[in-house]
Amino acid sequence: MTAGTQSERQALHFELNGNEVSALVDPFARLIDVLRDALGQTGTKEGCGEGECGACTVIVDGRTVNSCLYPALDAEGRKVITIEGLMAPGGGLSPVQRAFVEGGGIQCGFCTPGMILSATSLLERHPDPDDESIREALVGNLCRCTGYLQIFEAIRAAARPRHPAGERL
Amino acid sequence: MAAYRFIGQPAERPEAQDKATGKALYIHDLSRPGMLYGQIKFSEHAHARIARIDTSKAERLPGVRAVVTAQNTPEIRLGFLRDNLALKRDKVRQFRDEIAAVAAVDLETARAAVALIEVEYEPLPGVFSPDEALAEGAPLVHDLLPDGTPNATNRLGLEFHHRSGDVEAGRKASRFVAEGEYTTPLIQQSCLGTAGCLAEFDGNGDLTIWAKTQIPFLAQRDFTAALKAMGLKGKRARVIVPVLGGGFGTGLDTHCYEFISILLAWKTGRPVKIVYDRQEEFACLSPRQSARTKVAQGCDSKGRLTFRQIDVVMDNGAYTSWGATYPSIMLLPATSLYRVPNVRFDAQLVYTNNTYCQAMRGYGNPEVTWPIESNLDDLAREAGLDARELRLFNCNEPGERTPMGLKITTCGLRECLETASTRIGWDEKRGQGGKVARGVGLASLVHVGGGGKIYRSDGSGIILKADDYGTVHVSYGGVEMGQGLHTVLRQAVAEALGVLPEAVVVNQTDTATCPWDVGTHASRGAFMACNAAILAAGRLRAKLFPLASEVFASEVERNFKQREQRDPKYRRPELDLSALSRPENLELEGGRLFPKDAPDDPCLSIEFGRLLRAIHFRDAGTVFSAEAFFEPKTELPDWQKGYGNMSESYAYGTQAVEVEVDRETGQVKILRVVAVHDVGRVLNPVTLRGQALGALAQGIGYALYEEVKTERGRILNPGFTDYKIPTAGEFDFPVELVFVETNDPAGPFGAKGVGEPGLVPTAPAIGNAIFDAIGVRLKDLPMTPERVLAAILEHRSSCQTEDEQWHSR
Repeated sequence: MTAGTQSERQALHFELNGNEVSALVDPFARLIDVLRDALGQTGTKEGCGEGECGACTVIVDGRTVNSCLYPALDAEGRKVITIEGLMAPGGGLSPVQRAFVEGGGIQCGFCTPGMILSATSLLERHPDPDDESIREALVGNLCRCTGYLQIFEAIRAAARPRHPAGERL
Repeated sequence: MAAYRFIGQPAERPEAQDKATGKALYIHDLSRPGMLYGQIKFSEHAHARIARIDTSKAERLPGVRAVVTAQNTPEIRLGFLRDNLALKRDKVRQFRDEIAAVAAVDLETARAAVALIEVEYEPLPGVFSPDEALAEGAPLVHDLLPDGTPNATNRLGLEFHHRSGDVEAGRKASRFVAEGEYTTPLIQQSCLGTAGCLAEFDGNGDLTIWAKTQIPFLAQRDFTAALKAMGLKGKRARVIVPVLGGGFGTGLDTHCYEFISILLAWKTGRPVKIVYDRQEEFACLSPRQSARTKVAQGCDSKGRLTFRQIDVVMDNGAYTSWGATYPSIMLLPATSLYRVPNVRFDAQLVYTNNTYCQAMRGYGNPEVTWPIESNLDDLAREAGLDARELRLFNCNEPGERTPMGLKITTCGLRECLETASTRIGWDEKRGQGGKVARGVGLASLVHVGGGGKIYRSDGSGIILKADDYGTVHVSYGGVEMGQGLHTVLRQAVAEALGVLPEAVVVNQTDTATCPWDVGTHASRGAFMACNAAILAAGRLRAKLFPLASEVFASEVERNFKQREQRDPKYRRPELDLSALSRPENLELEGGRLFPKDAPDDPCLSIEFGRLLRAIHFRDAGTVFSAEAFFEPKTELPDWQKGYGNMSESYAYGTQAVEVEVDRETGQVKILRVVAVHDVGRVLNPVTLRGQALGALAQGIGYALYEEVKTERGRILNPGFTDYKIPTAGEFDFPVELVFVETNDPAGPFGAKGVGEPGLVPTAPAIGNAIFDAIGVRLKDLPMTPERVLAAILEHRSSCQTEDEQWHSR
């Protein structure tokens, strides 16, 4: 967001967490830089800058992407959801956020926004994921603190209320 | 064991909601008005004289505010042996050496400016392994010692030895002896949040630095010394710790980049932030040391251990961090894992032109537990004994004084061994490997569980201050890095003081407001913090009840009067309020003050906040606070002798693993893990599981995948693409955790330190399981498919050779 003169920059409009936003961006700017620097949404984390760690995961038009690899201008007209945009229907923490907070899914927290978005996206697609689908959904999100098992548990806990019948994952 | 209200229960992390909503502020997220971005020019040679540095083009780039080199800044020395310079003057000794740095208005300009810095080198021959470095006539990494006197060797001037009993006599008395040589790799701590800092000077010339550190107070000491070296005598350094994106040992030293950002901030008069990107984190931040260890152990005909001999050589790299004191912890497994009468331990650190190393979780312990526990299985086989029985036969017991002088108070090792082996199915599965190439193995550990004294103080201060709303603010100098320190500290304060956990707030770690703490390492965080909290809460209670006895009755009176005013029909009960004036009759629990003889009378109970206001707002009122400094009763060991009781308690544990090995590909698949740890007492089952599972995952990475690869000092895999840490995909096996509660008398509520033990025995447990599965002993970590396959092929060919020899007779 820093290089390039004003004249080289292009206007970008997209929907961020339900609000129309716009910014003037360098043609080569990454989505993560627009989110963090231009729009001040620092919940999206940069862990590697090469699409390996998933800390920068955001949801674009319902699909998780690594915002460190995603060209900002490709977000034109799209719906982007970041960690700041998650919440329960009545406000407060979303079910996935709540499950991460109440269980042991969070340690240092640097991978957490990306993890929660990947998990949210998974539960949108598969409200009742089996263990294999959970592992698969998170394979692009590295965590160095937890050893993942408590993250899996949090996702199972978040999935459970959607199925009051109580069937096991 | 005593029953507690909050201890032993799950509790929400105080910072969890911030982390789950993206509001937690890491160093990456901090910004200050006028802030500049710093970038460093690193060396392009492993060993070279710096002939010329030309920064003129960088200086002329628009947006650049300062370029610093050793030539235009005062010399700042750092490192455990003071052998490192923030900016290198005449010579570079490793690829990542800092030659110059830039501060610019934005990151891209700073990067562009660094690319414009021209350095002319005169390359020197380098040494890239301890063998090369110790060879006769090898080039010296340091021509001069830090004090300026000529240097003669690449050996570090640090000695770690231990002698107890008579190893030669022990060897002679042995019926069976096993020997081997084992290696462990360089690995990267791989914090998801990379390293960084933000330095700012105020109008007085005092420094504030937001640093990703685990040692705010030792860092303050180092930064204050740097200010002095910069000619800013009498100026102060304040260290504030932002939310940490992981620590794992990376924060146990001060780093060149921190001093460089201080220099840039001073030179520009503006705040300067330096944050490493992932490639810099891999290539320019110190990894865990590699080690090569020779081990020999013996036993008599019954299996009683007779001696143990350990010889460790570590590649220190070009400079020295606190990680060079790894052997201080290596001494624990060497002398005190199982009962062994005759022990010899020698550790040597060697300078090379490889990247310099620093500490990582476990601090030398995994490096030595790997050879000891692998070799012990070999010894058991030599002796024809079951590997578990050999360990149980030599098991440590409570009340023991080990050869290193460790006073073992509580010790759950026997239970750990028995539980782990039973639950993995030892009797049914051990030795059944053969056809299916499946096997089980186990390994144990001993680690410091009650602090680890490697500095003149191993203490921790704490301040509790209650406000007028009943909130207890805790100022503690240790660092929350995700392990859950603030969570259990909050529970401990609530438990010890008599308030609700929700009423306890742990403040941000800041040297200006928190009392001194040596650092968050050695699994000491919760042990120290909670012990300090218990002391301070006791003092607060001792202060509270006499003061409360002065105001309690009048507050109850006031209650009655208020009710009478509100409700004319209200009739106050006939009560003798004199009991409220006796301090010894008062109790505080769950945030309410009440008399012990009438704990359930709602009329005779007031809220903590109201009590505090009554104590506060009057003549001769009192601020309601207490402090404590907890210094464990331990000894700073004599490293030349390797002797001293460095911790107040010791954590034992055993991990058992079942694996399947693919003989065609060398792939090792973990089928099941049972981890049993003596934790003293469970403070919080959720955060404890987090520590144990997270450490286990790092242990698995260490065992099977991770290695920083180098070629003549250059790091070849500086990124997660080529450096593999465990991913969610691998964790498709069940992990059974069992916590043995030995209720340690020195521990807060009986608890021991739990941060590191979980990764210590993982590699040898897996290695022993692989042996059980396929009869091949792996001696080098990581046990990658390539290595396993190579070992299988070598084993096959040696078997064939034996066969051929047999047939040709």
